[in-house]
Amino acid sequence: MTFDRDARAALNDPQLRGALRQATTLFGERRRAAIASVADWEGARDRARAIKDETLLHLDRYLEQFTANADRTGARIHWARDAAEACEIIGRIAEERGARTIVKSKSMASEEIHLNAALARRGIEPIETDLGEYIIQLAGETPSHIVAPAIHKTRGQIAALFAEKLGIAPSDDAEALTAAARQALRRRFAEADLGISGVNFAVAETGTILILENEGNARLTTSLPRTHIALMGIEKVIPRFADLEVFLQLLPRSGTGQVLTAYQSLLTGVKRRPEDEGPEQLHIVLLDNGRSRMLAAPVTRQSLACIRCGACLNACPVYRQIGGHAYGSVYAGPIGAVLTPQLIGLERAAHLPYASSLCGACRDVCPVKIDIPALLLHLRAEVIERHAGKQRLLERLAFRSYAAVMARPRLYEWVMGIARLLRITPPLPAWTKWRDLRPLAPRSFRDEWRADAVDEKRSLYDVTHNR
Amino acid sequence: MGCVVEFDERQTCCGQPAFNTGYRPEARMLARRFIEIFESSGADAIVSPSGSCTAMVHHYEELFEDAAWRGRAWALAERTHELSAFLVNQLGVEDVGATFAGRLTWHDACHGLRDLGLKSEPRRLLRHVRGAELVELPNAESCCGFGGTFSVKHPEISVAMLDEKVEAIERAGVDAVVSGDASCLMQIGGRLSRRGSAVRVMHLADILAATA
Repeated sequence: MTFDRDARAALNDPQLRGALRQATTLFGERRRAAIASVADWEGARDRARAIKDETLLHLDRYLEQFTANADRTGARIHWARDAAEACEIIGRIAEERGARTIVKSKSMASEEIHLNAALARRGIEPIETDLGEYIIQLAGETPSHIVAPAIHKTRGQIAALFAEKLGIAPSDDAEALTAAARQALRRRFAEADLGISGVNFAVAETGTILILENEGNARLTTSLPRTHIALMGIEKVIPRFADLEVFLQLLPRSGTGQVLTAYQSLLTGVKRRPEDEGPEQLHIVLLDNGRSRMLAAPVTRQSLACIRCGACLNACPVYRQIGGHAYGSVYAGPIGAVLTPQLIGLERAAHLPYASSLCGACRDVCPVKIDIPALLLHLRAEVIERHAGKQRLLERLAFRSYAAVMARPRLYEWVMGIARLLRITPPLPAWTKWRDLRPLAPRSFRDEWRADAVDEKRSLYDVTHNR
Repeated sequence: MGCVVEFDERQTCCGQPAFNTGYRPEARMLARRFIEIFESSGADAIVSPSGSCTAMVHHYEELFEDAAWRGRAWALAERTHELSAFLVNQLGVEDVGATFAGRLTWHDACHGLRDLGLKSEPRRLLRHVRGAELVELPNAESCCGFGGTFSVKHPEISVAMLDEKVEAIERAGVDAVVSGDASCLMQIGGRLSRRGSAVRVMHLADILAATA
């Protein structure tokens, strides 16, 4: 299985593990410090989740309201059932507008639909302008983290990459590297005739979209070119402008540990007079791509409450060891392990719900209280019930036998007695290759319980109390 | 402490291994069995020396669709307690009169910590153990990498997680690492033993029953 192979490769890559450990630890520490400045963090999480639940319960209504209001401000609305439709819509707009240079700000939805590859097939290569995405694009890789796409790279690796691709003198000075990227990108911004962005929140009552970022590249992407295409999952809509208050408290703090991102761009419609700033055309592409399927049941519906902060990745002990690429999916980490099977189908991602120790650290940090462990368990049950993914004949047999034995206490005692007598430990090379396995205790708890005198067995706590 | 303890010999496993691996029919069968057996006892409290098993009983309700079974599962969960929670929160006992000479550290097992919210309970009990010194690990709350079948489905990731835990334990210079779940202790102990470490793994109940 590629997951195991890729995870092993990651575990054997000291640079990757060092970069990951440093970055996820830093994000975690910053997050803790940032949430301390919110008087009622738990209350904020509950309010945000309630808003998301309300929206998702009436998503059709809020989407109609959002699109009607966005349309009124001059935006053009496009509905995409799946990735192919979304790519077709965006590709067609680019061609109709005769776009030659396309700049793009960070968007996980665009990764989800593999937009760059689709545009490349039309002979168009968009330039990623988020620094992390730019690094990934230069390296010919995919993002390994929702908010920090190049989290798996060390500064040294980035320096070598820039020296090779941008022809600058090798330097591992962060400022010099950033300046080199900025210089290369500014030129592209100046000549760009189309900008593609994602969306963090879409406000139904005003038709406004909000984009959060730190580098200013999203603002340039959405304001300099004469055409702006915003790609959003249908779950990004929220009812009221005032709802942004709570989400602006939660998202930057959970994502990068900032009290607020450096830029918050609120975009409503197109420019009205020639002397105004902003694009002549704004196209908003609403992407379903499997999302409406998740609305059916409350357990899966909560997946759509995700605001893509990445906090669960930073907190996940599995992600912290192997990074994002091993998951083999656009969305990595705990949220990726629950989103991906629902987006691309259980059959193609049956391994992902099992890529977790179910420790629950993800649920603790999630700003909208998504019960990721419950979702993982739900998806595991679906994998087993629908026989998705690989054959599990031995495992099925093992669990059937386990249940049969556990339902019969006499049989259970007999089996354990034999194991005790013959000092049998389960044949588990996957365990014993790295860990010792202690033999069973010579006497079982039951035997001791029976042997104890009546007055002694009266109370375990009296025994511990030693009276 | 005034408790009368019963042990029903019909009891076996709570079904968590099946539930956590996705085998719901098997888990549901064992849950029904557990509920029937423990309902038949008139005990005020059902106590388990495992945060994980206790958390499973608290999950039983999710396994059923019909209201009757859900109600029974909920009622049973209401009186099912993890050992440290039972002692501290139900009985109001923090000093059980135990003695153990040595430096101890507490590993927070995930389900006890995050499903049941147990953090201070075991620590309060350990601080009252005569002769024992409680040392905190910087990563006490991190998963040890066991995760049930995860430990054998993805052993290399499991052991990478485990090594962070074990290295912290070794740096802490303790005589024993104590936890509330046998499975974590099997995982941590298995690696400590493989590395030739002298640090012992002990269940909370072992420490609380110790007299020297």
